[in-house]
Amino acid sequence: MLSWLDANALTMINGVALAAVLFLIAVGLSLIFGTMNVLNLAHGAVSLTGAYIGVALLDGSATMPNFIVAVLAAAAVGLVIGGVLAVMTSSVKDHLRQALLTLGVALIAGDVLREIFGADVESVPAPAGLDGAVSILGRQYPLYRLSIIAVSAVIAILLYLVLERTRVGAMVRATVADRAMVEAIGIRTNLVLGGVFGVGAALASIGGLLAAPILGAQPGLDDTVLLLGLVVVVVGGLGSLKGALVGALLVGQLQTLGVAMLSEYASFLLFGAMALVLLTRPRGLLPAKTGAH
Amino acid sequence: MEARTVRDDPDAGADVDGEDTKTRDPDRDRGWSSRSRHVVLPRVALGVVLLVLASLPLFLAPYPIGLAGRMLAFALLVISVDLLTGVTGMPTLGQVAYFGTGAYTAGLVGIHITDNGFVQVAAGVGAAAVLALFTGAIAVRTSGIVFLMVTLAIGELVHQVADSLSVVGASNGLAGIPAVTLVPGGEPLLLAGYVYWWVLGVFLVGLLVAYLVLKSPLGRSMRGVRDGEQRLHAIGQHTYPVKLAAYVVAGGIAGAAGTAWVAQTRFFSPGDLGFDVAAFALLSVVLGGAGTLWGPAIGAAVVVLVRDWLSAYVDGKGALMLGVLFVVAVYTLPRGIAGARWRRRSATGRDTA
Repeated sequence: MLSWLDANALTMINGVALAAVLFLIAVGLSLIFGTMNVLNLAHGAVSLTGAYIGVALLDGSATMPNFIVAVLAAAAVGLVIGGVLAVMTSSVKDHLRQALLTLGVALIAGDVLREIFGADVESVPAPAGLDGAVSILGRQYPLYRLSIIAVSAVIAILLYLVLERTRVGAMVRATVADRAMVEAIGIRTNLVLGGVFGVGAALASIGGLLAAPILGAQPGLDDTVLLLGLVVVVVGGLGSLKGALVGALLVGQLQTLGVAMLSEYASFLLFGAMALVLLTRPRGLLPAKTGAH
Repeated sequence: MEARTVRDDPDAGADVDGEDTKTRDPDRDRGWSSRSRHVVLPRVALGVVLLVLASLPLFLAPYPIGLAGRMLAFALLVISVDLLTGVTGMPTLGQVAYFGTGAYTAGLVGIHITDNGFVQVAAGVGAAAVLALFTGAIAVRTSGIVFLMVTLAIGELVHQVADSLSVVGASNGLAGIPAVTLVPGGEPLLLAGYVYWWVLGVFLVGLLVAYLVLKSPLGRSMRGVRDGEQRLHAIGQHTYPVKLAAYVVAGGIAGAAGTAWVAQTRFFSPGDLGFDVAAFALLSVVLGGAGTLWGPAIGAAVVVLVRDWLSAYVDGKGALMLGVLFVVAVYTLPRGIAGARWRRRSATGRDTA
């Protein structure tokens, strides 16, 4: 057991780092579905936009202030894209038509990004100071991946506190539960929901940028990220914050530890596991109770 | 009696059932001045469309004819998606699994056993329907977005199997499929026009089967599941057999589409059943107008045309143009191409009339 742990510990930490990125991307997808009831298939494209912002702003090397500026820029762009998508989808109630609309936006965005940045794999440097390695169990491990886990954990806790403990969070939850009543007490629910869409897209954009030093940025990555994100939120439970976390951790381990241990069946693991979860627990592992938690 | 005339009408009838007719007719009558025009015009339109489709090889060069054949095969796949998504109210991304099964089975039969087209179609449809029976038995226990994601998993799993199974060429794809023949010992169909006619024949038979299913008691129950599954439960009807039967029929039709595709291309690779094909098939249904048969078929033709033909003229901008098309269609065609002239049910089956 100990020797197994010793041999696989780093793979498992890799899985947690992947889960951290997946959580940032998927939680927006889940919140947007939980609050707006919109299945946003442009989410992968938003995430890829974040990665390309890193490519554009951080050429070759990145000091810590530069990297933080890039993260803020990615967040701002994500917020704007999310706001635009919220307006675009506000009149489209049917899920299939939302899929048509948001996948259309994703196709356009993917083509524009390819036009600007080309079809080759672009890399994004980790920020100076975090690009080194630390020693874990006698092996060298990239410090940057550990920092991603930390950043993602902080964001997850912040999100939870905002949604559960603040007035803004109460407004979001109330809007999900009874929109007409919230409107009646004088709150512009459109702004509340648009804000959630914006924050969700901003998180996807940040997630894409933070993942870029590991995954790079290239056309087609948006589809991969979207599929992984969908699996995460469906396995975890659509509209649920904790569900997205559990789903991300599960998918992260499947994609690293699972692939390392069952390499023969690697390509079946992800969707096989998703099918298994959905058939035993159709609403996911931790389904949302009222929507936005 | 109004319902009678509409239901006998072979073209428009495909999207109309007895129950809907009464709510829809006032809208339809606005555009049609008399009942005789109401019946005759769609028949004439159907005849003209068939004539044009059948005579395409007389006008077009081999490349556009091949494209037209692929459009027909893809349209048949989209019709199978529509049987589940539009008619039964179960949005699916999994029909590529049965499309691929049909294509690979027909290809393998062609390479190893016989180049007879009828045998290949029968084998492809049979294999696809059997796979649909076993996978559908599990999948149709779910509904809505969960069903969508389970079918996505089915599609992706079959995609991965195709990508790793050496007997179907793995990631290189299945090549060296001989041209089909129609009679034992007969001439193989090598000319593009003959191949196209074969594909058209498979398409029309598949369309006819879908049409007959819609007219049958099964079709009525399928619409019942879409419009109010709880109500069917309330009157004591089990919906599971209905959904499973619909799933198997749709799987068989998707298999037929696969055999038609492979007869046209004589090559099949895992990329032909990837996520993008599944997504485009589903979106073609939405674009065309879910619940009708001809709407999604036109939607499919438009998607293939924009992606494969128009993109050649605009420097590989197929994805961009498809994206623009989707976004514009959402706002300008709220009920899809089929709903452009008269109002009909929306894709979820909510009565919008």
